[in-house]
Amino acid sequence: MNVASVGVPTVTHAAVDPSTLAAKVSIDHLDFFYGEAKALKDISMPLYEKKVTAFIGPSGCGKSTLLRVLNRMYDLYPNQRAEGKVSFDGEDILSPKQDLNLLRARIGMVFQKPTPFPMSIYENIAFGIRLYEKLPKSELEGRVEHSLRRAALWEEVKDKLAANGLSLSGGQQQRLCIARTVAVRPEVILFDEPCSALDPISTAKIEELIDELKEDYTIVIVTHNMQQAARVSDFTAFMYLGQLIEFDSTSRIFTSPKERSTQDYITGRFG
Amino acid sequence: MVDVALSGGRDVISAVPSRAKVLDRLRLGDIIFRNVTRGAAVLVLVILGGVIVALISGSLPALREFGFNFLITERWNPVTEKFGAIAPIYGTVVTSFIAMLIAVPVGLLIAFFLTELCPMALRRPIGIAIELLAGIPSIIYGIWGLFVFAPFLQEYVQPGLIALFGNIPVLSTLFAGPPYGIGVLTAGLILAIMVLPFITSISRDVFDAVPPVLKEAAYGVGCTTWEVVRYVVLPYTRVGVIGGVMLGLGRALGETMAVTFVIGNAHKISGSILAPGTTISATIANEFTEAVGDIYTSALIALGLILFIITFIVLAIARYMLLRIERRIG
Amino acid sequence: MSVMPDTYPARRRRNGIAVGLAYAATIVGLGWLVLILGVLLWQGFSGLSLKVFTEMTPPPGADGGLLNPILGSLVLTVIAVVIGTPIGILAGTYMAEYGRHDRLTSVVRFINDILLSAPSIVIGLFVYEIMVYPMGHFSGWAGAVALALLVIPVVVRTTEDMLVLVPNPLREAAASIGLPRSLMIMRIAYRAARAGMITGVLLAIARISGETAPLLFTALNNQFWSTNLNAPIASLPVVIFQFALSPYADWQKLAWTGALIITFTVLALSIIARALAATGKQS
Repeated sequence: MNVASVGVPTVTHAAVDPSTLAAKVSIDHLDFFYGEAKALKDISMPLYEKKVTAFIGPSGCGKSTLLRVLNRMYDLYPNQRAEGKVSFDGEDILSPKQDLNLLRARIGMVFQKPTPFPMSIYENIAFGIRLYEKLPKSELEGRVEHSLRRAALWEEVKDKLAANGLSLSGGQQQRLCIARTVAVRPEVILFDEPCSALDPISTAKIEELIDELKEDYTIVIVTHNMQQAARVSDFTAFMYLGQLIEFDSTSRIFTSPKERSTQDYITGRFG
Repeated sequence: MVDVALSGGRDVISAVPSRAKVLDRLRLGDIIFRNVTRGAAVLVLVILGGVIVALISGSLPALREFGFNFLITERWNPVTEKFGAIAPIYGTVVTSFIAMLIAVPVGLLIAFFLTELCPMALRRPIGIAIELLAGIPSIIYGIWGLFVFAPFLQEYVQPGLIALFGNIPVLSTLFAGPPYGIGVLTAGLILAIMVLPFITSISRDVFDAVPPVLKEAAYGVGCTTWEVVRYVVLPYTRVGVIGGVMLGLGRALGETMAVTFVIGNAHKISGSILAPGTTISATIANEFTEAVGDIYTSALIALGLILFIITFIVLAIARYMLLRIERRIG
Repeated sequence: MSVMPDTYPARRRRNGIAVGLAYAATIVGLGWLVLILGVLLWQGFSGLSLKVFTEMTPPPGADGGLLNPILGSLVLTVIAVVIGTPIGILAGTYMAEYGRHDRLTSVVRFINDILLSAPSIVIGLFVYEIMVYPMGHFSGWAGAVALALLVIPVVVRTTEDMLVLVPNPLREAAASIGLPRSLMIMRIAYRAARAGMITGVLLAIARISGETAPLLFTALNNQFWSTNLNAPIASLPVVIFQFALSPYADWQKLAWTGALIITFTVLALSIIARALAATGKQS
């Protein structure tokens, strides 16, 4: 099925042959429940190592829900549960034996609304590092600087590291959160609509960041902005009403999607 | 410890094994913390249970001695060790009743004033003033009552009341002399002044929670301010107001220092509210340290048990009603 | 054609009466309170001098001050806060963080609210039964415990309220770097709710500053200087109680001054607490 290119976002990354790639995370027949209601139905897909995978779909399709299964964030709330299997480096993270804190140290998350800790900029970063490692002060400072550089924030805050994290602008706060996540050295980073509360310039900066970060991290991004998905991701999963409709390399999804509903969505006919 | 090789801006991810160890170590502390907080929560229940158990066990000697008669006997004689609770109970109820009779209408009227009539600039300052006044310790009211209010009543007000109602059948007994100054009415009045800021504050909060659209709709069809309050605000806030009143009542019933100074400490039920009397808390406050003998002490503790039960019921009802309105407001 | 019904004048009259009553109630009701404060200031201030803070309570007829009751009250308050605050914070933490929707929390909330408004003299009786009677004597410790039992419900309430206000995304952010629950609460949630929680402690202190009844048969009273907590200890409210009921003029004067000191302390604490709560809301 070929799609007229008018109105369809342009893809940045060329298609990659999946057989050459390793799956960092494998989702296997996943169901998710809010109480009695089934919010995710039989989801199966791979998340390839050091690639960017985007979840797209209309509001309420379950993309954020799916993202939050990956670091078992739903475990904080009593009425939510997942069934099925999600393999991370071979281990099933849905198993009750999984150490949640360790999992979340290895799979980090950046949220929709920037949520810096109520501390100084320096402390926001150092806090996570200190949790896991006992470093001498100079080394700690080096790590903080490194994380802020990786989040493209260092130049803007290097003179005010003692200022409160909440004193930064929205875009800066979000980059601070990214730096905080990176400082803990995860293997996977989950982005839950990271730019939806930001202005276009900050958005562009963060998209650039994601492109750099994928050299070291496996990245999953939920976005309601199709152009963003097309720009930023290598693989795209289109979801609708809790089901995975189509999963393929981004270039193929946006040029020749297999499913009718995918095509309707990316041409803007609904959602 | 951990290899921090940084080359060309890339990270080397080799911190995993030690991370697992750190988290393992923290796990025990995590579980302990959780259980300690749970224990503290349970402790609150234990405290209440403890109070009830302690009061009952302390009252048993007196209750065993007097039985049910304890509640209806007036005689209170430390010498012959015969005690009856009806005078303190009566005093507690009557003083609180008088207090509520005055504080509730006045408090509601002030809340009416604050929410509808007061100029905007004054609302916050007056509101804050009321909340601060609600925090004044009751002993202040007590000594003011003893040194200022009671003498004033004795000199100027009570003779007037006695004369005014002197010839009217029922009221003449209710307001019979002599003018002691101290007494049940005085205590009730002071309680009223004490409870007033409390009732005003809660009523004001509850009135404020009425959605403006409801009031605007009423004004829009030409209702007067009073009619808006009577037909829109009060019905909407009825449950909350009653809850607040019950809360105030609970406080009034248990109040000690405001009444002890001015009630007169007479273990008698008198027909006149100008006569001295006593309340449960005033009795306990005045006599406990001088109580000699197990029965005497036990009788006082039994009074405490009765007071606790009464206030518990009132406060439970208040809580229940306020819960309902909190749910509605969201 | 006039649509104005005949009831309008009557309605206006009623409204006028109601509004008039409201104004009257406000002026009279609040006026009384201002009056009381005025008398307090006048009577208490005239007895205020340096001596009040440097000399001990005198026998009747002699000169003196309120040093030992002031210090006694301070000591009792500090101990009560040290005992009651951790328990209150921990209980409130459970209710807001671990068991927010469970049965235990709703029951504790209900019971806590009752304890909050329960007659403080009953608390005094309780501590008498469990401490004074078994120990065989009155003590400062018993007084402090009685006050602590009044501190706990206030701190539980404010802690729970303040922690519940901490937004969930902040908790999730902490979880997302693998922070264990207890550390998230202690390092992040407490920090975010800090202003409110301190306000709660200040309000608790304001509350117990004026409490007399629970001390009457726990800490009792002491004419002399004593820092022995195992024995009766003087406290400002109890001394005021004793002096006010006495027939001696200079004792009565000291009672007024003591009352002024307490009122001032309570008002100052309340105002600071409010100011702190306001700054907390801004961030």
